[in-house]
Amino acid sequence: MPWDRNQMAERAAQELEDGMYVNLGIGIPTLVANYVGDKDITLQSENGMLGMGPFPYEGEEDPDLINAGKQTITELRRTSYFDSATSFGMIRGGKIAAAILGAMEVSEKGDLANWMIPGKLVKGMGGAMDLVAGVGRVVVVMDHTNKHGVSKILKECTLPLTGKAVVDRIITNLGVLDVTHKGLHIVELAPGVSREEMIAATEATIV
Amino acid sequence: MKKVYANAAEALDGVLFDGMLIAAGGFGLCGIPELLIAAIRDAGTKNLTIASNNAGVDDFGLGVLLQTKQVKKMMSSYVGENAEFMRQYLSGELELEFNPQGTLAERMRAGGSGIPGFYTKTGVGTVIAEGKEHKDFNGETYILEEGIFADLAIVKAWKADTTGNLIFRKTARNFNPPAAMCGKVCVVEVEEIVEPGELDPDHIHLPGVYVHRIVQGEHEKRIEQRTTRKKEDA
Repeated sequence: MPWDRNQMAERAAQELEDGMYVNLGIGIPTLVANYVGDKDITLQSENGMLGMGPFPYEGEEDPDLINAGKQTITELRRTSYFDSATSFGMIRGGKIAAAILGAMEVSEKGDLANWMIPGKLVKGMGGAMDLVAGVGRVVVVMDHTNKHGVSKILKECTLPLTGKAVVDRIITNLGVLDVTHKGLHIVELAPGVSREEMIAATEATIV
Repeated sequence: MKKVYANAAEALDGVLFDGMLIAAGGFGLCGIPELLIAAIRDAGTKNLTIASNNAGVDDFGLGVLLQTKQVKKMMSSYVGENAEFMRQYLSGELELEFNPQGTLAERMRAGGSGIPGFYTKTGVGTVIAEGKEHKDFNGETYILEEGIFADLAIVKAWKADTTGNLIFRKTARNFNPPAAMCGKVCVVEVEEIVEPGELDPDHIHLPGVYVHRIVQGEHEKRIEQRTTRKKEDA
């Protein structure tokens, strides 16, 4: 059985090491926080916070305390706040160890497209371009294929890029792939998924 | 020098002109200068270019200046929550310059720090890099981004003393300090104004040298996405 959303998030949580400062994107990456276990992980919210806590209890929402998805959240004992220039200074400066992000397309060279579909409503890249250019390691978590069954892992991205050669690892419902200078390399297969099935579902070349 | 004004309209008196560039603080609807935005709407100033991470929602935040068609151009990173914005943009009434969020923040900080340009890796190899100078440092390619020098900064802080020293609250700080820095004139709205000496000098987030006018008022502080958990989940 390929992994479901929660199992993909659980697998992505294995990428995190004790002591890391990490930025989690919206969607499946947000679920990764549920699986960090005993590891000492500090979550960054790029609107200006380190040490992001869970959603508040009903009635305790604070309009001055939101995450980058504009959701109400809470602080922890370790929390610090700072302005947006400082926040992206630590991102651009490589102080944030990893970002776990969703994607529309990833190429075999590690190009990432996740902000714009031409001809559709363009909302903007927010902090995604800064994150992929700056953080130590970029892990993409996404479904292997789109809703039409077409591979999202391609020889070349067709959509406008968020970053060029920025993705280090891809976690999908079928397994885990690394972007190496020789090409895509299978690190792990989800239970019951064969190497042949992974290759067949992937438009890009797997070496 | 008197910095405290009675209301937002008085605090903006004499600084507004058609076609000006305004830098605005706030992220989503969090920490936005809602009183100053309303006062600019009432003043009717037109053809504005506004550097702000977001464009508000249809009836709150910078969205109110879109409703009145006072905005010519937005410089933003994310504008997804605003139907009127999309209508004006798709019909060609409104110009939009997308900036990666960190690039936008740094452009404001740089402008306020006397830095006309800086090199960044963000956006290399994307549409953002098109037409911009590229330069290699230590084998990596960077693009040139320019500092923002705004005619006016509109900012929301939590507390000010009468000399303009500011303290922000939680994630409402966001773009407010860099926006404040890059304004030729900086007008700040706060929840509370206190006397000098009441704020600990070691805890000032933005020194009063950046702040020219202050106004105190009541804030709606609308929540964009109310997310909660139930007590029994604990």
